[in-house]
Amino acid sequence: MSLSLSSAPFTRSDSQVQGIMAAVVLALVPATVFGVVIFGWPAFFLWTVTVLSALVFEAACLTLAGKPVKAVLLDGSALLSGWLVAMTLPPWAPWWIGVVGAGIAIVVGKQVFGGLGQNPFNPAMLARVALLVAFPLEMTTWALPSLPFSSSAPGLSDGLAITFAGASAVDGMTGPTLIGNWKTELSQGRGLSESLVSGHYNVVASLLGWKAGSLGETSSLLVALGGLWLLKKKIIGWHIPVSLLATVAVLASVFALIDGERYAGPVFHLTSGAVMLAAFFIATDYVTSPSSPAGQLIFGAGCGLFIFVIRTWGAYPEGAGFSVLLMNALTPVIDHYVRPRVYGRDLKGRPLDLPGGRR
Amino acid sequence: MFTLHRFHGGLHLDAHKEDSSFAPLATAPVPPRLIFPLQQRGGQNAQSVVRIGDHVHKGQVIARGDGPMNPPIHASSSGVVSAIEPRPLPHPSGLADLAIVIDTDGEDLAFETEAHPDYQRLAPDELRRIIFEAGIVGLGGAAFPTAVKTDPGHRAIDTLILNGAECEPYITCDDSLLRHFPREVLEGARILMRVLGVERCLLGIEDDMPEAIRALREIQETGEYQDIDVITVPALYPSGGEKQLIRILTGREVPTRGIPADAGVVCQNVGTAAAVYRAVVRGEPLIERIVTVTGKGIRNPGNWLTRIGTPIADLVRYSGGYSGAAERLILGGPMMGISLSSDALPLVKAANCVLVTGRGETTGPKQALPCIRCGACAEVCPVNLLPQQLYWYSRADNLRRVEEYHVTDCIECGCCDYVCPSHIPLVQYFRAAKSELVAKQRDRVKADRARERFEARQIRKEREKQERAEAAQRKKAALAKPDASEIQDAIARAKARKRLPDATPVTDGTSHESAPHQEPPRN
Repeated sequence: MSLSLSSAPFTRSDSQVQGIMAAVVLALVPATVFGVVIFGWPAFFLWTVTVLSALVFEAACLTLAGKPVKAVLLDGSALLSGWLVAMTLPPWAPWWIGVVGAGIAIVVGKQVFGGLGQNPFNPAMLARVALLVAFPLEMTTWALPSLPFSSSAPGLSDGLAITFAGASAVDGMTGPTLIGNWKTELSQGRGLSESLVSGHYNVVASLLGWKAGSLGETSSLLVALGGLWLLKKKIIGWHIPVSLLATVAVLASVFALIDGERYAGPVFHLTSGAVMLAAFFIATDYVTSPSSPAGQLIFGAGCGLFIFVIRTWGAYPEGAGFSVLLMNALTPVIDHYVRPRVYGRDLKGRPLDLPGGRR
Repeated sequence: MFTLHRFHGGLHLDAHKEDSSFAPLATAPVPPRLIFPLQQRGGQNAQSVVRIGDHVHKGQVIARGDGPMNPPIHASSSGVVSAIEPRPLPHPSGLADLAIVIDTDGEDLAFETEAHPDYQRLAPDELRRIIFEAGIVGLGGAAFPTAVKTDPGHRAIDTLILNGAECEPYITCDDSLLRHFPREVLEGARILMRVLGVERCLLGIEDDMPEAIRALREIQETGEYQDIDVITVPALYPSGGEKQLIRILTGREVPTRGIPADAGVVCQNVGTAAAVYRAVVRGEPLIERIVTVTGKGIRNPGNWLTRIGTPIADLVRYSGGYSGAAERLILGGPMMGISLSSDALPLVKAANCVLVTGRGETTGPKQALPCIRCGACAEVCPVNLLPQQLYWYSRADNLRRVEEYHVTDCIECGCCDYVCPSHIPLVQYFRAAKSELVAKQRDRVKADRARERFEARQIRKEREKQERAEAAQRKKAALAKPDASEIQDAIARAKARKRLPDATPVTDGTSHESAPHQEPPRN
């Protein structure tokens, strides 16, 4: 018998980084498939281009840094980042939007900081915000949903043209998002009741995802189901999603009660834009969120607050990206101040009093 | 209904206890050779009180320490001392230190000892002395001297906790003890209650030990030992950790830098209680204990009533030897045990389990991936530390921060390591950081001492200089006066010489020379 020496513990759970990434990707599949189905070939092409470029950028950075390419690529983090970027893009955006987005996420968002686990900001949100600021036109041209193989759905060649040849979408195939429409109408003095009608707002359709919007964000229902599955699998904790969604819901309710014409209600807020994706998939990113449960509650609530504030009073119709980035910046501060109480110590970390006042 | 409390985190682990707990408890033969390391617990060694060639009896003291932290070591069978030489220690370092080697004679002749079945008449101090003389230390693993632990001094104790929560996988020696010797444990608890002067005793036992629970209940159902509460606690690693069990059973926390007695509690392993019973009531010193021998690498796993000092190799032999799959030899359990390089090492008092794992049974060190800050480590930490932060700061050698995040409170249970999806050997980082802190602390103390010495020396030199200056001053002053009188004297003598020309000059010379010698004040 050759005895091998090592130090305790000698046993480990089966949990692996790859497994975690795979589970998150799996949870994204339903919402992504739905997006591809209702937005057609261009959405599929854009998704493919974005994910592949993320992998290529990751491989290139690893090669430059002299790190093992295959081993790190297999951890699945680049795949997930690319996938998340794709989900936040307008489905008919040109191919180079996907490439630039993936490049920003992987190179600027992650690898320059040292790779997995080192980045202060969520790579996907960094890419989204950078693209939105740099290419406002491409990032706000929204395709309308259509049933596959219906007359309004682009065929294979049309799809190729839209994604790769910069063909502009036929008029009538694009339209504003609900949330964008609400803001535009509001700026022209029309209240919520009018704008919702003109935007063909329907609660059920909105929840299911039958509306204009980002590739993988329109179906709040499928995104939420994926998130709940992650919760059940204990891949993510409940603290961030619950505090984020609750903050948005409470703020929306309060302001809707104050002025229902000016402020949208909680259902509208929770079923539009990127809120669900942010709550379950973006804000819960381990690397860029606080580690203590109390810190996570604060973090989630902060994200929710900024989302509501930017949507309601900001210049942009959607604030999820900015909000998450802002709170990412605060994460080290939250982690510094919010720590759990250690056994045998008080909340401030001082040893509990010994009997007789000794310390 | 007894209220159980919770500690933070913890793990549900695969118990792997069936292999060893299903086999009946067997008594191990006396091996041909027994080995007793003189260093039983960190710190000062005990001194051998026997010489090579001496014939010793079973239960005879063969080594003694110099204080209460170092109880005596007894020969666990009769035979001849064949060597007192450096031997490898069952310690992670694998370093060698002096050990007494006894070649047994197979007679197993016992040493005359005094039994105290009527221990109720003995004073606590006397009981503590018996416990010390019997060489009893904590048998749960830490080997802390029981006589010291049962002497809380000025601290007010109201509860004795018996630790039967054998939470680590594979280990079943306490389970076996409780199943086969429940009375010894309960009576030992009584003795400890008397030593401590407490009325309340809680015996905590994990709910996955049904046979042991039944054995204890059966005795209590006859109406005996009603003053001891047997409490089942949910099997959750590390419930058997002293601080964790105290929290579960009493809701109290041991203050950091304090000891359990600061929370009004003394905690003893069930095996220790049985050893106390044997020492007091039967007059038997601590020379044997139950040891679990298990794992896929062992042919016939089981529990053995084993003489202390038995080489591991012999115990493995009694258990049918290694199976073909044997891969790793561990003393203790898979979470906190130490891996050994040789089976020639002896079983010391604290050894509870010999685990020989087979291929694939344990995971060796894996390629660590970057930390993804998932927080799983913090979720399971029974002390509620933030292992992830500790890891960052340990890696960055930022000792100040590591200390600020309380690395010294880490109990090294291995929970964080176990769950880490990136396979980072967290506990190793923390052990390293802790020893660095200890080294730094030692350096600081050393530096402080050196500074104090230096300052004291400076002050002394300053004072001496001042004193010398004063002395010189005084001497000068003193010389100034005698000078005047000497001149007077000289004049007087000269005058006298003129009158008495026959006066001897010798006396003059001596008086002249002795004057300055006597003058300076002594200091």
